[in-house]
Amino acid sequence: MSTALSDVERIKAASRHLRGTLVESLRNPITGALADDDTQLSKFHGIYQQDDRDLRSERTRQKLEPAYSFMIRARVPGGICTPAQWLNMDDVATRHANGTIRLTTRQAFQLHGVVKTRLKQTIQEINRQMTDTLAACGDVNRNVMAPTHYDLSHVHRQVAEEARRLSAHLTPATSAYHEIWLDGEKLDDGEADVEPIYGDTYLPRKFKSAFVVPPQNDVDVFAQDLGFIAIVEDNELAGYNVTVGGGMGMSHGETATYPRLADVLGFCRPDDVLRVAEAVVTTQRDFGDRTNRKHARLKYTIDDRGVDWFRDQVVERSGVTLEAPRSFAFVGNGDVYGWQRDDAGRWHYTLFIQNGRVADTGERRLMTGLREIAKVLHGEFRLTPNQNLSISNLSDDSKALVDGMLGEFGIDNTSQATPLRLHSMACVAFPTCGLAMAESERYLPSLIDRLDAAMADAGLAGDAITIRMTGCPNGCARPYIAEIGLVGKGPGRYNLYLGAGFAGQRLGCLYRENANEEEIVAALSPLFSSYSVGRDVNEHFGDFLVRTGVVREVTAGRTFHAAAGDR
Amino acid sequence: MSASPESIPAYPLDDEQALRLHDALAGLTPGQLQWVSGYAAGVAAANAGIDAPVAPAGHADSAEALTILYGSQTGNGEQIANQLAAAAGDKGFAVTLKSLADYKPANLKRESMVTFVVSTHGEGDPPDDAELFREFLLSTKAPRLESLNFSVLALGDTSYLNFCQTGREFDARLAELGAKRLLPIVECDVDYEDAANAWAGSLLDALPAVIGAGNAAPKLRAVELPAKHDKNRPFAAEVLTNQKITGGASTKDVRHIELSLEGSGLRYEPGDALAVLVENPPALVAQLIDALGFDGASNVDVRGSSRSLRDALSLDLEITSTNLGFLQAWGAISGDERLQALLDDRQELRRLIDTWQVIDVVREFPADTDAQTFVNALRKLTPRSYSIASSLAANPDEVHLTVAAVRYEAFGSEHWGAASTHLADRLEAGDSVKVYVEPNTRFRLPANDATDVIMVGPGTGVAPFRAFVEERAERGAAGRNWLIFGDRNFSSDFLYQLEWQRHLKEGRLDRLDVAFSRDQARKVYVQDRIRESAHELFEWLDNGAHLYVCGDAQHMAGDVDAALIDVISSQRNVGRDSAEAQLKELRRAGRYQRDVY
Repeated sequence: MSTALSDVERIKAASRHLRGTLVESLRNPITGALADDDTQLSKFHGIYQQDDRDLRSERTRQKLEPAYSFMIRARVPGGICTPAQWLNMDDVATRHANGTIRLTTRQAFQLHGVVKTRLKQTIQEINRQMTDTLAACGDVNRNVMAPTHYDLSHVHRQVAEEARRLSAHLTPATSAYHEIWLDGEKLDDGEADVEPIYGDTYLPRKFKSAFVVPPQNDVDVFAQDLGFIAIVEDNELAGYNVTVGGGMGMSHGETATYPRLADVLGFCRPDDVLRVAEAVVTTQRDFGDRTNRKHARLKYTIDDRGVDWFRDQVVERSGVTLEAPRSFAFVGNGDVYGWQRDDAGRWHYTLFIQNGRVADTGERRLMTGLREIAKVLHGEFRLTPNQNLSISNLSDDSKALVDGMLGEFGIDNTSQATPLRLHSMACVAFPTCGLAMAESERYLPSLIDRLDAAMADAGLAGDAITIRMTGCPNGCARPYIAEIGLVGKGPGRYNLYLGAGFAGQRLGCLYRENANEEEIVAALSPLFSSYSVGRDVNEHFGDFLVRTGVVREVTAGRTFHAAAGDR
Repeated sequence: MSASPESIPAYPLDDEQALRLHDALAGLTPGQLQWVSGYAAGVAAANAGIDAPVAPAGHADSAEALTILYGSQTGNGEQIANQLAAAAGDKGFAVTLKSLADYKPANLKRESMVTFVVSTHGEGDPPDDAELFREFLLSTKAPRLESLNFSVLALGDTSYLNFCQTGREFDARLAELGAKRLLPIVECDVDYEDAANAWAGSLLDALPAVIGAGNAAPKLRAVELPAKHDKNRPFAAEVLTNQKITGGASTKDVRHIELSLEGSGLRYEPGDALAVLVENPPALVAQLIDALGFDGASNVDVRGSSRSLRDALSLDLEITSTNLGFLQAWGAISGDERLQALLDDRQELRRLIDTWQVIDVVREFPADTDAQTFVNALRKLTPRSYSIASSLAANPDEVHLTVAAVRYEAFGSEHWGAASTHLADRLEAGDSVKVYVEPNTRFRLPANDATDVIMVGPGTGVAPFRAFVEERAERGAAGRNWLIFGDRNFSSDFLYQLEWQRHLKEGRLDRLDVAFSRDQARKVYVQDRIRESAHELFEWLDNGAHLYVCGDAQHMAGDVDAALIDVISSQRNVGRDSAEAQLKELRRAGRYQRDVY
């Protein structure tokens, strides 16, 4: 392994706290792209440079550069968003982006298709409603997730508030964002900026954190670098089990890279959250691998040095004594759909949004419907970790109003979709994502049509199985912890992973490599049949496949790529 | 001169060569021998890489000489003037041949015979090189010219109003100043050859009455090596590439077309045009025949040769535009009073000529006539010229064009431009198209490679600048290159974007400014970029830069001119008149060249 710092480290170090030459790049009228180095820095500002890959080869022949546009990700800590913020995002998406809103697997908003000349205005307008895009991407702590189910509202509110505090605490201190996008006061060359937590070169790699309240593991806490599992005792929040070292990304063909589920480090009190979190972050800052981006996530730091070493670092840096973890149990990592009433008597409706894409499609006028609901809503929206949307905190009267509007705009298909579809997720992939090797969002719905039919044939029409697809192995839709995981390898070809836990508590195992649609359907159909007849009471599909030896049980990220016979 | 073998010196020819020459010359008439001697001089000059004298120098006293002055935008006028000079020289007249740009107007009063070959552009504009002369002639400064004889050959295009305006102005004004009109003005449409040849013949016949045909025998002159391919002998070039270069969302379909010149011997310089012999859209030909109720297979006579009506309409006759001549003829044929009324209404006539095709006219004003009468009313189909978009040095044996396909909906049916759709829609790689090179000596890179160039080329006007930049790179020219490009939308209409980016990156292009008119609420054009960059642009000019403009003549060229005048006026801090004069001076000095159409 090379000991030279990775190129991104050079760019960060020279960036004057994330400024680079972004201003010059925005001004250059000859290209719709940013300068190469700036494409790395823009991520810290929530902006990914992309191009329409459907057009790429055609435009090369036309002697035109790729159709560059930008994806803008707006942070929404805990996914909680006011109706005014929703309306603002809708307005910005309609006028500057491709007319749709994408809800992400990290409870953030994504807008796609914003061209460079509109970028600054778009960012400014997003900021009108106190939503920002800083640190939505990049080698920093990203959008902090929090759960969205409500049987114990007062605990959830506490947890959501903690998520917001952590988000604020770990937000980069650089003034570059305000300076570049919001015409904030220009500091001398960025030298005056100080990053008390991150330092001048930020983290070695992206960093993800989440809070969760059992029994629903909707945030997939084990997929996070840093997690806080709320421990509720006597209906009150006692504290959190701290988890560290989760992460999905890997590279095909490189077995030194692997998805990994987090370890439970210990228990801390609510007051200690920020100190523990900061200690985790600074340990990773100081010990994470800055020479190899594919080995830079916290999960590798922990696997290389050991959990005990890591715990010692955290305890020493935070001054917090971590207690033994407390017991908890998760029942699933999906969303709970439909109406729920919380302990304070308020109503919440979780609406299924296929793959998080808010758009009007034919009779189903999702974009328009949600806009109209936002206009009259006395409550709030919550973006769920499964790319769905909760319409939350409603009175009895509001519930009736919203119910009517869901019908009016034809957007309540929560009751029409099969359990498989309701437990599905896909990343964006083609045409905009530069990493995609295969289709995902545009393809999964039709694959589910076929799998629905196969499940119905097997007598499983009413059963929930989690299925997630990504167009590349980086794992934005967390496919390695879906009972059916599909990871793109090439056009129309996917690796099929099976045997993951329904609650996101166990990684899947490679079952078919490079499979096309026919091979995927042919592989799954007999498994549906044997599951249908051979399962134990309440046994989930993934558990069944492991118990019956169809796939081996993957017990640690390090053994993810192990040969079939290994444990 | 005698043709006897003894007169052939033994040296420098060897015996074998001397005998072969003797055989070759045997039996030639004196005239033929003179021609051969000129031919040999021409071959020698061409082989030595020096210019063969095309016409005798005007060393004769101007009072005894024929002075031929031309004003030409496309080079046609210059070509006619050249041919006339050669023919007059052959007849023994002393000839002075000059571009109007190089002629001192005050000299007119010392001349006894001047003939003008002058074209008209757009809606009645003089060619660039005639502008200053015209200004002088029409002004009160013009002297009385009682001792002057003159004749005018006017070139124009009847699809524009103010047909042959500049020629008409010259003709009328010279007469007004007391000069004697040797021949009535002859006005040529785009198919000018026949009329121009007839005019030259009449002129040569009339000349002895006003100037002496030199008392010596006709002078010997070198004969130019005939161009291998010209209008009458076009080269069938193979299409190598026909690639749309506007993006999917574009409102335009612009093609990059690459043709092979392999085996043609054709050469061209950056700035030259390629003439393309086109065929009319087959669908339009069929519709037209159908609309008139004719039989496409029936034979018609087209200027002396017989062919099917379908072929005549496809290959010989202009049907994708109208012109005054056709409208007048059709007015007579149809006897339609509405059409007659239109012919008297300048505004309406202009609109009609601009927007109607022949088929629209015959549909709107039906007539009961026969195919031959219809054919006689039509103008000859002329080759279409495109500014060449490639440098031959950078692309040996190839020529590239940038062609905007003209298609539009009008009168409830689809309309097509003849040449552009011939190239864009009906040719693919492997097909061939007939072409020849049209030199444009009025649009040339600076001879000095150290000179900077500023190129203003919106839309397909960027074509010659692709050739310029390629050529300067090939030459390793030290001068800086600045391109100002404009079009509708950045994402779909940035013609040759990847190439410009590469040129910029590799230092072959020093500066690129772009104006995309429809990307924002306020429309911006190349002239706005010129004004925004006034200071630097003026610095470049002050430093000796040459300035080039290519593209639309109707609006852009004038808008750019106005912007340049603003730049000079603001940067020099002088009034508008002075700035205009300075811009004209740049033009006269050949530092501001335009290829506008």
